[in-house]
Amino acid sequence: MGSMEMGFDLNVDFVQLLSPSGEISKAASASAKDIDRLVRFYRAMTRTRTFDNKAISLQRTGQLGTFASALGQEAIGIGTAAAMEERDVLVPSYRDHAAQFSRGMSMSECLLYWGGDERGSDFKHARGDFPNCVPVATQAPHAVGAAYALMMRKEDRVVVTFIGDGGTSNGAFYEALNMAGVWKTPVVVIINNNGWAISTPRELESAAETLAQKAVAAGVEGRQVDGNDVIAVHEVVRRAIEKARSGGGPTLIEALTYRLGDHTTADDASRYRDPEIVRAQWTREPIARLRSYLVSEGAWSKEQEAELLKACAEEVDREVAAYLNASPLSSDAMFDHLYAKLPDSMQWQLEDARRFAERKEHGDV
Amino acid sequence: MSEITLVEAVNLALARAMNEDDEVLLLGEDIGVNGGVFRATNGLQARFGRARVIDTPLAEGGIAGVAVGMAAMGLKPVAEIQFSGFIYPAIDQIINHASRLRNRTRGRMTCPMVLRSPCGAGIHAPEHHSESPEAMFAHMPGLRVVAPSSPARAYGLLLAAVRDPDPVIFLEPTRLYRLFREEVADDGVELPLDACFMLREGADATVVTWGAMVPETLAAAEKLEEEGVTIEVIDVATLKPLDIETILRSVEKTGRCVIVHEAPRTAGFGAEIAAEIAERALYSLLAPIKRVTGYDVVVPLAKLERQYMPSVDRIIDGVRQVMEAS
Repeated sequence: MGSMEMGFDLNVDFVQLLSPSGEISKAASASAKDIDRLVRFYRAMTRTRTFDNKAISLQRTGQLGTFASALGQEAIGIGTAAAMEERDVLVPSYRDHAAQFSRGMSMSECLLYWGGDERGSDFKHARGDFPNCVPVATQAPHAVGAAYALMMRKEDRVVVTFIGDGGTSNGAFYEALNMAGVWKTPVVVIINNNGWAISTPRELESAAETLAQKAVAAGVEGRQVDGNDVIAVHEVVRRAIEKARSGGGPTLIEALTYRLGDHTTADDASRYRDPEIVRAQWTREPIARLRSYLVSEGAWSKEQEAELLKACAEEVDREVAAYLNASPLSSDAMFDHLYAKLPDSMQWQLEDARRFAERKEHGDV
Repeated sequence: MSEITLVEAVNLALARAMNEDDEVLLLGEDIGVNGGVFRATNGLQARFGRARVIDTPLAEGGIAGVAVGMAAMGLKPVAEIQFSGFIYPAIDQIINHASRLRNRTRGRMTCPMVLRSPCGAGIHAPEHHSESPEAMFAHMPGLRVVAPSSPARAYGLLLAAVRDPDPVIFLEPTRLYRLFREEVADDGVELPLDACFMLREGADATVVTWGAMVPETLAAAEKLEEEGVTIEVIDVATLKPLDIETILRSVEKTGRCVIVHEAPRTAGFGAEIAAEIAERALYSLLAPIKRVTGYDVVVPLAKLERQYMPSVDRIIDGVRQVMEAS
């Protein structure tokens, strides 16, 4: 920085190890091709997709609130979670249940959350992971702060956070990345660039050629990866996590994918995007791509596929039953976790809510 | 005239305002091609073009901030924040700039912008989609705060808000967007931004409310009348500036007052109204003022939202309490 004459070479690489048609790249290491791991990835992605299909049908039949499906974006969550250690911390956005399931969040917890029940964010496993974050980009600074805490305590843990393409337009994203760069916090920021922020296409979000290059201005390494290639996602995130763990600081990873479904069940994407483009994107989706490779390697059969689909459906059914049979919430739940201890001055409000909850007829308009 | 919903009335008023003034423009997330997530701006981009109906990047602070800049240059931006839970980054721009640009420059620059946002609970929406932030804005000097409760009032108040020379926060209750229809004439006639609406006259008590709680309060009034208790129902509609005179006149007549709002109780706007009544009409009161409000809790997710929001039942109970007190 001492020279009067300065310039800057922008260098953002793009990593793809498995082509859309399922051909493995020569650049893939032996470890990246570990077939047992790839079968695990395949199973996990299929599990997520089975869940998404069921969740949408629950919403359509009035048994679930608004739901944000991860359809077509499963590789990002599965590849990322596999690169994390259990002790690491996930700071999710609101479309990250693929990663959350791998981290131990149950499907019934996910359903409780979208079904309007705060107990869904009280994970039985992965209790160090943050809850879903709906206000877009506000989670990014949390991830940097959490990473700072781990760094200060010299804990051997890193933080991984997700954000959408639209989220990178938000001030909180830039602020977080800037702080991460200055403090060299052990954080990996992954952009799920699925092409759409509800109805707003990527090109109306930013004039930047890539979103990964937003890292450059923060002095942070930025990389692009094919987000529909679970092998590449796993490799790129694994390296970023290793770097963070060894004191090398933050990385911004832009994972390129496509939102094959609506933004949420409250959205109707046919209002603003061409179904032809969506059909074309189906040829790039992550699950068929990996299946094609596994089949070509003799590592996956029709029988295994049938068994997997059956097992996934059974698990989803069990979890749906657990969700639907969850104990009813009393009005006390509004007060139970408001403070460590409910102030005495608020006790009457809890009792007032109880008094009206006990009446059968609410008389709502 | 035709019967339309509240959200259609918002659309109608925006189209009217854009038609009559080329300097009115809309900006926000998903408001163009998609017509807004609630369809409040449906069809307006096709009609008025992309330069006047802007699909912005996802940045609420930025949306409010560029609206301040546009307004300072004389445009009339109407910015939409998609849900009230996402309005907080915009508050920086609204409080530090929109509300005080006129004052800071001794009138040399002004900020004739409108910040629209859906608000309130009751539609089974996800987290952070059900907030009622009106009191925060009402607290800030220099702003106008409006909360319509019917299609006709939404139309007339929004037209007035767009034409007003100062910044207006316009909070649209999501639960009322499609709850009922009403005849609205697209006549370009605005409603005053400083007057309450007396929706129902009565002798026994005054019930003051606004926004999403208006239909609940009117339903409570019907039921109470069956018991022989008649109440006046006042829709505040424009919280700031507050038309306290209409409220005081009513309280002086009935001697009893219940204030109903969906937002949490503590430091809610009901406290301001109660304080004004205490200062200026205490001796007219036959009973202590009663507030029926949301509890002082984080607005719960869908399963409990009905137990959070004041119900017809709770409003009737509140009125009975002031009746029994004297």
